[in-house]
Amino acid sequence: KRIKTIRTDLANGGCGECQTSCQSACKTSCGIANQKCEN
Amino acid sequence: MIHCYKLGPLNIVLDVYSGSVHLVDDVAYDLIGMYETQSKEAIIATLCEKYKGRGDVNESELAECYDDVTALKEQGKLFAPDTFSSLAGTLKERNAGVVKALCLHVAHVCNLNCSYCFASQGKYHGERALMSYEVGKRALDFLVENSGKRHNLEVDFFGGEPLMNFDVVKRLVFYARSIEKQNNKNFRFTLTTNGVLIDDDVIDFCNKEMSNVVLSLDGRKEVHDRYRVDYAGNGSWEKIVPKFQKLVAARGGKNYYMRGTFTHANPDFLEDIKTMLDLGFTELSMEPVVCAPSDPSALTKEDLPIILKQYEDLAFLMDERRKQGKPFTFYHYMIDLTGGPCVYKRISGCGSGTEYMAVTPWGDLYPCHQFVGEEKFRLGSVFEGVTNTKVRDEFASCNVYARPKCKDCWAKLYCSGGCAANAYHATGSVNGVYEYGCELFRKRMECAIMLEALKEE
Repeated sequence: KRIKTIRTDLANGGCGECQTSCQSACKTSCGIANQKCEN
Repeated sequence: MIHCYKLGPLNIVLDVYSGSVHLVDDVAYDLIGMYETQSKEAIIATLCEKYKGRGDVNESELAECYDDVTALKEQGKLFAPDTFSSLAGTLKERNAGVVKALCLHVAHVCNLNCSYCFASQGKYHGERALMSYEVGKRALDFLVENSGKRHNLEVDFFGGEPLMNFDVVKRLVFYARSIEKQNNKNFRFTLTTNGVLIDDDVIDFCNKEMSNVVLSLDGRKEVHDRYRVDYAGNGSWEKIVPKFQKLVAARGGKNYYMRGTFTHANPDFLEDIKTMLDLGFTELSMEPVVCAPSDPSALTKEDLPIILKQYEDLAFLMDERRKQGKPFTFYHYMIDLTGGPCVYKRISGCGSGTEYMAVTPWGDLYPCHQFVGEEKFRLGSVFEGVTNTKVRDEFASCNVYARPKCKDCWAKLYCSGGCAANAYHATGSVNGVYEYGCELFRKRMECAIMLEALKEE
């Protein structure tokens, strides 16, 4: 009743195809959280 | 490890190692905060006392809530243990020697003279220079040769001002397109520009070949023109805004970022974001200035609470505009709770110095654009490859678990240990921690998660 879970876990070791974060927008502060998986 | 915080209308509980996000009421929020340190009986007694005026809170209700928390813990969705530390070096070890992204410094010159520029007006503390086609071509060959099985390769045209060497940019893109099929590669090009030289030719080319363009605009005219001036001291805002508007319209309003810098002069950067919205731009990024602490534009301790509040107000503005059917994007708030990066990526960081490198106009390799000009970080060149294995290995060892200060930080699987360049400039070590940046980052993540949660409400 009191808990709503909106996200329920964090690919043999990462494929590496996702975009390098520094190439996307900021060029100054790490944006890895903003990347999307491209596996 | 969990992180509990209240923001806007929500009580949010983030479970760090499972990535679970829970929205809870006040009672559950308090209960979860005590769960690991007090007995069930003590928690129930404390909360019965605290909420004694409320009819919906009694011993059996609290016992049920306690059991719910226990169930979530048993399911691995709350208080999940850290099982990732042994994986810390995995991705970089498996991909040793693989390069997938280059920042091509096609111009170490600029037609603006911005005093806050981390690249010393595009010269990177060195000589003015333009990259020749031959050096750029060799850089692309170096990338293909060292990319292993990677399909997606990324090249950012950077400077200085890359449009001051636009002919070479066009020829390099043409060359890359001519070799990508035979090598089973997909080049994704991006361009970062101050906008001064944008014309119809540039717009047509960018819209055909650039998967993203980053357009430098600081927001309000008086803010932008304080720093972004030409060599005669004239502001650039009036010259570039119409060009940006034309380029963005021609791109269909997609695949671009207006990229502003905020400094000590405008910690109230939300006003600059509102200006960008008024100008018709909806894909936005505002970044804290990168400079020496002694620089007049450097952010100060006194600026910090203002900036943190601005981030919160920005999140509320985004939510309000989304509900009004007028959404906009703020780069750092665009997190995907279900399709984000895998844990290997989250641990290993941005890849600077290993899979991502910057190339100077002469073909020298550096760990990233922010290290260019720091001679001791020179990795080698596109002609001889990586010869400075000491620096390469130093960056290969960079990961979130290599930074003891990050051990107890709830945001470490979102920032991946942060930016090596920021750490180096703040502490003298690429494995250091830039505390001021951490404060900003944590607030951005709190806001980003709240925005995702509000979409679920």
